[in-house]
Amino acid sequence: MSEALINKYFRPGRLPHIWCPGCGNGIITGAIVKAIDKQGLAKDDVAIISGIGCSSRASGYLDFNTANTLHGRALPIASGLKMGNPKLHVIVVTGDGDASAIGGNHLIHAARRNIDLTVVMYNNSIYGMTGGQYSPMTPHGAKATTAPYGNVERAFDIPELVKASGATFVGRGTTFHTLQLIDLIAQGIAHKGFSFIEVVSACPISFGRQNKMGGPAKMLEWQRDHGVMKAAWDKMTAEQRAGKFPIGVLYEDNNTQEYTEAYDELIKRAQGGK
Amino acid sequence: MSRILLLQGNQAVVEGAIAAGVKFFGGYPITPSTEIAEQLADRLPKVGGKFMQMEDEIAGLGAVIGASMAGCKVMDATSGPGFSLKQEMLGMACSAEIPLVLVNVQRVGPSTGQPTSPSQGDVMQTRWGTHGDHWLIVLSPASVPETFDITLRAYELSEKYRCPVIILMDEIVGHMREKIVLPDDYSKIPQAQRKGPSKKPEDWKAYATDASLVPEFAPYGTGYRWHITGLVHDETGFPKGTPAATIAAQDRLRDKLMKHLDDIVTVENYKMEDAEFAVVAYGGASRSVYEAVDMARKEGLKVGFFRPITIWPFADKQVKALAGKVKGILVHELNDGQYVLEVERAVAGKVPVHFYGKYDNESATPEQVLAAIKKAMA
Repeated sequence: MSEALINKYFRPGRLPHIWCPGCGNGIITGAIVKAIDKQGLAKDDVAIISGIGCSSRASGYLDFNTANTLHGRALPIASGLKMGNPKLHVIVVTGDGDASAIGGNHLIHAARRNIDLTVVMYNNSIYGMTGGQYSPMTPHGAKATTAPYGNVERAFDIPELVKASGATFVGRGTTFHTLQLIDLIAQGIAHKGFSFIEVVSACPISFGRQNKMGGPAKMLEWQRDHGVMKAAWDKMTAEQRAGKFPIGVLYEDNNTQEYTEAYDELIKRAQGGK
Repeated sequence: MSRILLLQGNQAVVEGAIAAGVKFFGGYPITPSTEIAEQLADRLPKVGGKFMQMEDEIAGLGAVIGASMAGCKVMDATSGPGFSLKQEMLGMACSAEIPLVLVNVQRVGPSTGQPTSPSQGDVMQTRWGTHGDHWLIVLSPASVPETFDITLRAYELSEKYRCPVIILMDEIVGHMREKIVLPDDYSKIPQAQRKGPSKKPEDWKAYATDASLVPEFAPYGTGYRWHITGLVHDETGFPKGTPAATIAAQDRLRDKLMKHLDDIVTVENYKMEDAEFAVVAYGGASRSVYEAVDMARKEGLKVGFFRPITIWPFADKQVKALAGKVKGILVHELNDGQYVLEVERAVAGKVPVHFYGKYDNESATPEQVLAAIKKAMA
């Protein structure tokens, strides 16, 4: 990342970050900043609301209106903030445990409302901050400190879950495909409605070591080899798709009314307007 | 001009909220508080405000915190199980100093308990519900008209001291209908205001304070790009967990309230001038106490009624003074003995403290309270 972007968007004195060497969080946080820069948003008009976990520490480093809230609870707080000031571009930074486990109920309901938030879910397939317990995004069979015999549970297909819940923009990227990731987040920000971007990332320390993934570079290669562009994915057979996942814009609906706009119309009706 | 109305306590909360300038309600329906949500869903849009029914009680208070960050006056209302669920959010609001008003219309607990029956079993939970040392303000109305006034007062205190204020109601006051006189025009009611930034953004620190110990608040999106966290933080708002920073943060959160007790703590003294014996009660339990005291007076007993209106912080000074004035005290609560412990602590053995607790899902009759008074005085 260029020094100019760091100086512009990162708070002076807050770096270095707490993340481990080889962690994907820096790549994703950089992509968010580049997407904001690409959209030309004023810093005063952007809010970054995070929950709790490694990824959620990103909010403190960034020079916007920020909050590092409670585990799983970024979305209700972000929803209230958006209702309180609909002019704000509210970006929610969350992890796989934060968003899909403790915050799972908030996630499906925020999607259902189609409120104009952009959720970036850093998916490192593990609870990193607490040292490697399995999350709802840990693959079946993978090792975790709370799954020493392999994960008996199955992982969510989180884009499908969020889409089915009513989100109107759903994408998935990886920390390997960085240019595409910046673009996805930028599109999510530009989208009027609930947008959700899953970012497949790597936790070499808490997930990689337990699962013999071979270190940060190998984990990036794994992303390269398993993430398939949506257009190619659509042409693949079920057999070819096995073990792989589509990346890119997975779903987009520009015809459903956004929540705060719908609420403004409700206010007009309540006040006797048309 | 004013209107004479017959309202429930829950409706008086709604009137108070509208009069105070509330612009956002986030919540989840739960008996016996639901009327507050229902009526604000109707009333708020008419004044340009917003109502959000969230997916659970946790999200309700979360949305309220978010809207308060944008600078709105906010309300949430709940009861029993919902109040339990909100505790983590309440702690965050204490730590990050987010003004908000949370109404808890108590019902019988624990667990699902008795949703439509009166109880005062949450009084200690309002003080110690969330984890960790923390300080907040709790007010308890005893009548429908007082509920309106206390709701306005809750916003004055919450905005002034930047802390959550809980309006501790009970099923009696929440559902009881009573005559209330309200102004026609709420626009003449003074609006509580959060203290805004006195410096330019580049010179401003989010949690720096003056002698008031209350930091200035800049609504999100107004050019002050600050950080909120529930982690222990210093005056910059960013995490700092050293022993010195932790003590400084905790002491200020305590002292910003405890050094202003004369402003925060209010009590009512009923027939206390010549009283030799005092009943202490609050909220809905007070209803029978007024009448019991009148009955005792008719029998020549010099009994008075001391009613804390501010439940927390505790009226330490006033209760200590009370102990120096009367020969005995009877605490009456609709629970098995909670607030009485705090009264005993303050009285510190100076005079006997008796307890009459009622926890059978019904309020006490004046006759029952009178019998308890006589027994305690004997």
